[in-house]
Amino acid sequence: MIPAAFEYHRPQDMAEVLAVLEEHGDEARVMAGGHSLIPMMKLRMADVPHLIDLQDVGGLSNIDIGDDSIRIGAMVTQAAIIDHEGLGAVAPILREAALQIADPQVRYMGTVGGNVANGDPGNDMPGLMQCLDATFTVVGPEGERDIPAREFYEAAYMTAREDDEVLTSVTIPLPRGGYAYEKQKRKIGDYATAAAAVQIENDGGTCASVAIAMTNLSDTPVYSEAAGAALVGTSVDDVAIKAAVAAMLGDIDPTEDNRGPVAFKKHVAGVILRRAIERAWSRA
Amino acid sequence: MSNKMHIKLKVNGKDEEFLADPRELLIYTLRERLNITGPHIGCETSHCGACTVTIDGKSVKACTMFVAQASGKEITTIEGIGGPDDLHPLQTAFKEHHGLQCGYCTPGMITRAAKLLEENPNPTEEEIRFGMAGNICRCTGYQNIIKSIQAAAAEMNAAKEAAE
Repeated sequence: MIPAAFEYHRPQDMAEVLAVLEEHGDEARVMAGGHSLIPMMKLRMADVPHLIDLQDVGGLSNIDIGDDSIRIGAMVTQAAIIDHEGLGAVAPILREAALQIADPQVRYMGTVGGNVANGDPGNDMPGLMQCLDATFTVVGPEGERDIPAREFYEAAYMTAREDDEVLTSVTIPLPRGGYAYEKQKRKIGDYATAAAAVQIENDGGTCASVAIAMTNLSDTPVYSEAAGAALVGTSVDDVAIKAAVAAMLGDIDPTEDNRGPVAFKKHVAGVILRRAIERAWSRA
Repeated sequence: MSNKMHIKLKVNGKDEEFLADPRELLIYTLRERLNITGPHIGCETSHCGACTVTIDGKSVKACTMFVAQASGKEITTIEGIGGPDDLHPLQTAFKEHHGLQCGYCTPGMITRAAKLLEENPNPTEEEIRFGMAGNICRCTGYQNIIKSIQAAAAEMNAAKEAAE
């Protein structure tokens, strides 16, 4: 419950954030909503001698909906995603997923940027962002660079973001077709036993395109190209869905924990993906 | 190693200024420094919501915010929602509908419910259950908490109509 002592920094702009990061190296860490980092600090599992609070850094809390993409600032909260009417119209899967994350209090504080940058495979947004083919923008001493969500996750808590970089925004191509974020969990606020994000296009009864990603079934989110390939060109009938599930099972690598043994998690992953495909297809 | 910080808060309408370690969790600031002991601590993993307060219009678990982060903000706790002589309709409803037993979750429950009703004055039962899902109760089984919030909503809406 009691975190170790730290120096607190509340910079007013990104240049100042980067300066603190540069000065203190891996002794410094940025904090967004604090709802993963503070719990880890309270358990002394995260050691953060210099805490950089991003709350006063401007320009990180906007949701901009363009003609072909959506840009979400890293400090946009889950509550803001849920309440944003325009976003609900153009990318309803974001709202559907955000409502399955944590609980009301956590959603007022927890941010999209923190969720995707954290690197915990339990987080829901990483798989969602892989499904949507999002791009993460990070800024560091060398300037900005873009990293595709599908290439961002390397292992648990290991991502393509360097220690001296800060994730500033998430850009999503406007999603097309039907969608579903289906999540099996033990209770409100739990990370998934298994979850699936599906975005699918229906062209006259045939699947024209589909993206499928799975949550908490490996040490990273899993974008399953093979599962998608099993559906494209089909009428998304029972045979095609079975093939997609089988392909997905080849891509995941769950580990046993108190959510269940590996065999159970694979079973749940199959059930959840089937439900997600069926629901997304019904909306396509 | 860390330097004490000059912290400014407004808690239940009252300005507070003091020096504190940045790592002090807001729940301890409230309880131990300011003697505002209505908000409680029920866990160390940010699940239970017994520490829920309202900060700048958001329901927040005060165990998951450093006092340094909260500096400059306005905070309302159960003590600011209503006292023994001026009960908030939610407090009256929790009493009348038996929405509490041991009372440990109640300050967080009512503080959260006040915010929920501000955002959604006419919630369905399902919306109440979902909107209160960040608050755990060991005693009531939730049923009477739902009834209490429904009764308070009806009371508050009737009062609002009468005032118009």
